[in-house]
Amino acid sequence: MEFKSRDFSQAARVLKIRKLKVGLAGRPHAAPVLDGIDLDIRAGETHCLVGESGSGKSVTSLAVMGLLPKDALEVQGGLIALEGVEITAASASQMRALRARKIAMIFQEPMTALNPVLRVGEQIEEVLNMHTDLSQAEAKKRTLDMMDQVHLPDVERIYKAFPHQLSGGQRQRIMIAMALILDPDLLIADEPTTALDVTTQLQILKLIAEMQERQGTAVLFITHDMGVVAEIADTVSVMQQGRIVERAPIRDLLTDPKEDYTKKLLRAVPNLAPRVARAAATKRDVIAVQGLDMTYGGSGFFRKSEGVKAARDVNFTIKPGRTLGIVGESGSGKSTVARCIMRLIDPTAGKVTVAGTEIAQMARRQLQPHRKHFQIVFQDPYRSLNPRWTVARSLCEGPINFGTPRDEAMATAAELMELVDLPRDALDRYPHQFSGGQRQRIAIARAVAMKPDLLVADEAVSALDVSVQAQVLDLLDDIQDRFGVAMLFITHDLRVAAQICDEVLVMQKGLVVEHGPAAEVLSHPRHDYTRNLIEAAPGRHWDFANFRALDTAHPRQGATA
Amino acid sequence: MTEIPTSRHSAFQVLTGLFSLPAGARIGAGPMIAAVILVVIVLAAVLAPLYVPYDPLAMNSAARLQAPSSEHLLGTDPYGRDTFSRVMVGARVSLLIGVGAAVVSVAIGLMIGLVAGFFRAADGVIMRIMDSLMAIPAILLAIALVALNGPSLMSVIIAITVPEVPRVVRLVRSVILSAREEPYVEAAIALGSSMPKILIQHLMPNTFAPLIVQGTYICASAILIEAILSFLGAGVSTEIPTWGNIMAEGRTYFQIKPGLIFWPGLMLSLCILAINLLGDTARDLLDPRMKKREG
Repeated sequence: MEFKSRDFSQAARVLKIRKLKVGLAGRPHAAPVLDGIDLDIRAGETHCLVGESGSGKSVTSLAVMGLLPKDALEVQGGLIALEGVEITAASASQMRALRARKIAMIFQEPMTALNPVLRVGEQIEEVLNMHTDLSQAEAKKRTLDMMDQVHLPDVERIYKAFPHQLSGGQRQRIMIAMALILDPDLLIADEPTTALDVTTQLQILKLIAEMQERQGTAVLFITHDMGVVAEIADTVSVMQQGRIVERAPIRDLLTDPKEDYTKKLLRAVPNLAPRVARAAATKRDVIAVQGLDMTYGGSGFFRKSEGVKAARDVNFTIKPGRTLGIVGESGSGKSTVARCIMRLIDPTAGKVTVAGTEIAQMARRQLQPHRKHFQIVFQDPYRSLNPRWTVARSLCEGPINFGTPRDEAMATAAELMELVDLPRDALDRYPHQFSGGQRQRIAIARAVAMKPDLLVADEAVSALDVSVQAQVLDLLDDIQDRFGVAMLFITHDLRVAAQICDEVLVMQKGLVVEHGPAAEVLSHPRHDYTRNLIEAAPGRHWDFANFRALDTAHPRQGATA
Repeated sequence: MTEIPTSRHSAFQVLTGLFSLPAGARIGAGPMIAAVILVVIVLAAVLAPLYVPYDPLAMNSAARLQAPSSEHLLGTDPYGRDTFSRVMVGARVSLLIGVGAAVVSVAIGLMIGLVAGFFRAADGVIMRIMDSLMAIPAILLAIALVALNGPSLMSVIIAITVPEVPRVVRLVRSVILSAREEPYVEAAIALGSSMPKILIQHLMPNTFAPLIVQGTYICASAILIEAILSFLGAGVSTEIPTWGNIMAEGRTYFQIKPGLIFWPGLMLSLCILAINLLGDTARDLLDPRMKKREG
């Protein structure tokens, strides 16, 4: 894989940070949030700040922008200089003048960063009205021109659109237009593609690179995704607990990481090489889905509307001990399939046979005794456990529903805690006392407590940091080995799918476009959509865990580096 | 991974298991004063028969419209009844109506709201009925009920409760509607929990915090409405002293004896101010947005 390798030592230094210390406001002796950050970014350079959640990436960017939350965080020492001018102690009005002209920022979630009640064109124009003396007509012309530069289609129409009328990718383009319209010297991008689908992500990354090329902007790019880093970075700083532990050009960092933490981080990144498929324990299917259809809406009281066909004619089977992955972008219907199988929603047509029982059309009340055969783990570990219940109560809920005596359920719960590698005394605690990864383990333990034949994991590792993600994937693997459960794994992340799935099913707009063994689908995709998905996966030619190029990579189809 | 912060429970949380006070939340001086005032008023009202110097209903034509003295602390009214005794005993009825209306409307509203929020089929019908109930003004209803049944405590509580219930129903319904979408509720469905169990054990506790806040506001407004109704003569019978009744009777002599309105009015204002202040404090403490994630 090709990395960027331009030398910036001759370029002008745009941002210089020295020994930056940020701590809790009014508590100079408490442990600092950022401790001695040094950073240099030169014109035209893309510097990536990587690290797990809580490592201080975003705080660093907010400190540069002068946007640290008042009364919570404050700069306690060090220096931030923009083009040789110190801004560490700049007043609020000085910073306001600097923002947009000299530094601009784009955020992760463009829906919340844009004002929902103003037309997007007006929002871009407002930047011009605030910082320039352009006339109304000139400002509008410049806005439309900028919207054109970020490759928005039909700019006159989009100028008049409200944020909710645009797609996620279009909104992020609007944010980029807004950030770059005054041609700032430094662009800070805080996880700007994390909320986007991979194909959209690729387009946005390309757009940022293109704009950077054109305007010579320095970019500080914050991300947790090593694949994105591999695609776009010139230089990288790895952050851990408020410190920069390693700083290196991208190639050096990925081929020869010096620090243990960097190695640990890279080892946790799953690669796109599919796992060796496992043999089924028995011939019997745990689950068989035939012709599953789900249409939302459709039967209006006054008029029949078409409805949204979220899933159409989905067919698959899973055998014990095997994992089927459903991959696709948002809106592809993959979660709808999971929810139909769990009967959290009622499918409009089709058959779902779990452990020999047809459940798709069964009445809810009759379904109750069969629920123990299939269990689900959700995406958001913060919301999937009742915050008012102790862990013990959550773990016992299912077994008690099925007639297990309380003592026995408690004993099982204690064993399960050991299985998911949490201390037994954690049983008496509440979910808010655990980290995201720990909560996800508890949610898995709760599902396993039912001794299900089928475990559905709906984006179960998507909200987790990459090292925690690796641990949870290992745990799922272990559970599958031990209990021989069949698993349906819903994910948007092809790397994760490659790590855990024996078989993959690719969905697009409710239709299954490809279905086959993981090795086959991921290495030799037959459908265009699958191919696009794989090609859009950032850093797909690099085996991060082994610090080398991926040797199973198929011939490259287009330059992405 | 195995490091877990030690448990930090406030006593409140251990007691109820319902709420967790935000770490480091402090209750300011205002709410503390309000709490003290309210406790004093409640104790004074409950214990009134034990300490008031006169029977609040005993007329004494020899001692009409007297000024405050050591014998009559706050003076007497046109019938020679002791104002201090009447205001203290009157607090009992006022508070009873406040608490009664709050408890009854919260209890009824909670039940109807749970059904409306949880059972889609019932929702539309229930909410339209609630909308129409909301259109009935408390005062008109009270006058109608008094005209039908004669003035009584029950009529007043019903009159105040009927228009309050829909507000509680709306609140409970909205909480249930958003809580039922939570993944932990879906997980409970997947774990085979029955509908009543999910409704009572998973969903209902979400409504307690907003209901406590709503309850305090209902309590304050009920005390006020009772006073208005009594003042208009549509409240409890004039023989029973309430703050509203006392003020209604004092109205005629307001210019020569302002104390007849001032003292019950002061008690009423203090009481409502204290309840509302506590309600605000409860809202701030129980608001989920105030909670911090730990761990």
